[in-house]
Amino acid sequence: MFRNQYDSDAITWSPQGRLHQVEYAMEAVKQGSCAVGLKSSTHVVLLGLKRSAHELSTHQKKVLYIDDHIGCAIAGLTSDARMLSKFMRTECLHSKFAFETPMPIQRLVAKLGDKAQVTTQQYGGRPYGVGLLIGGFDKIAGPKLYQFCPSANFFDCQAMAIGSRSQSSRTYLERNLSKFLNAKRDELIIYGLHALRDSLPNNYELTVHNTSVLVVSANEVCKLIEEEEIAKLLSQLESRSKREETIEGEEVGTKKDSEQEQHERDLSMQLDE
Amino acid sequence: MFNSVMNAPPFWHNGPAPGAFYNFPGASTTPQDFRQHSQAPVTTATSIVALQYKTGVVIAGDMLGSYGSLARYRNCPRILKVNDNIILGAGGDYADFQYVKDIIEQKIIDEDCLDDGFKLKPKSLYCWLTRIMYNRRSKFDPFWNNFVVGGIQDGEPFLGTVDKLGTAYADKIICTGYGAYIAVPLLRDAVEKNPNLTKVEARQLVEKCMEVLYYRDARSFPKYQIATIDETEGAVVEGPIDVNQNWNLAHMIQ
Repeated sequence: MFRNQYDSDAITWSPQGRLHQVEYAMEAVKQGSCAVGLKSSTHVVLLGLKRSAHELSTHQKKVLYIDDHIGCAIAGLTSDARMLSKFMRTECLHSKFAFETPMPIQRLVAKLGDKAQVTTQQYGGRPYGVGLLIGGFDKIAGPKLYQFCPSANFFDCQAMAIGSRSQSSRTYLERNLSKFLNAKRDELIIYGLHALRDSLPNNYELTVHNTSVLVVSANEVCKLIEEEEIAKLLSQLESRSKREETIEGEEVGTKKDSEQEQHERDLSMQLDE
Repeated sequence: MFNSVMNAPPFWHNGPAPGAFYNFPGASTTPQDFRQHSQAPVTTATSIVALQYKTGVVIAGDMLGSYGSLARYRNCPRILKVNDNIILGAGGDYADFQYVKDIIEQKIIDEDCLDDGFKLKPKSLYCWLTRIMYNRRSKFDPFWNNFVVGGIQDGEPFLGTVDKLGTAYADKIICTGYGAYIAVPLLRDAVEKNPNLTKVEARQLVEKCMEVLYYRDARSFPKYQIATIDETEGAVVEGPIDVNQNWNLAHMIQ
């Protein structure tokens, strides 16, 4: 009811103890197309659904190289994402130059969080309007996946999806979570593609032009996958109609599924507030 | 309209005004900083002797702070345990060493506060020191020091040095100051005869070098520190240790 009175700038609290500008910034992330990240015990995969403004223009980049061992998927304001990825790249380069050590991902994400927090506590500016999925491989910590939010919070995740219609992707990831840990590289990518496809409406499909995939691991330098390999992997996806049958089959009767559905409903309620 | 020419406005924005001095943009006549360029070291420390053996490194240095030719301060420790994996020895200006020591110690404290499982490694400290030293020399305001960094990284022993010019290199035998002329040949000879030194052998060699340096370096002192990093035992700094002096040959030397 009083939202409009307390939402003019980022530094005003509402009587309910909320910062509305920060929450509006989180909404901006949901305007961006879906981005998915997941990890196994050896690999991290980041996927993005590329949108194009209209038929004449190219599809917008969704997944970026940060360093040989770190990649990043974006959802939201692309210009803000460019600034943040420039910052991350500089930090990584500095670590290599001054300390001859690849930047630990944990520390990089913490620095990002500190940078973004300033925007939530200063007058005259606004929070960053982009959510990031930062994936990378550390020699000490192993594969890591972090979700970064405009609120300057960051979360260590096993798998995550952000952006428009990402709830279905998250549901898929939750249902199949136990399969990821020991999945091989290609298997993991295909799980990710399934999750990404679930964010599309029924009459749309993943194509070589609107899908981007990035893989990073101990042996594999962070790299976007070539179109040919994506085409090959897309051909291995289960057909849509077959997947729906499988989902219906799972939904019939088990208690576990209804608990999951309730959980999903709870989650989506929190997001819509 | 104007009472006097002294209060006339500038001809154009940021431009010359009648009656006023005009500072052309981009030229400054006054010096911007009053820092001295280059230096001379004041209280100095002499050589560092360092040796890499099969499972670790040894670094030793005496405990004298010389004031020119005066042996003024006889308890100046200059071997530092940075963390469980790194030891650092320094020669040259003692004040500069103390300053850099404080910065390194603060870095370790900051790292402890982060408490995220990542610890500073020897090569990282060595690389960072190199950047600092080179940067300072490029501003003609060097840290007048010679640092020796030793430790174990990824299971392998590491030994490196950086000097006041930012010249850096890593080697199995590193000695600075007079040690470079007197101790390095001694150590190289011994290592050639016995490439796989044990910890005990390496330590004995270094002790011998400290003895010889006391006889020959006119700015040395018979009390020294010796630090070891070993795969099994971590980092240990021992001292003060007395040089085993043997002057029996003295009467034979002119």
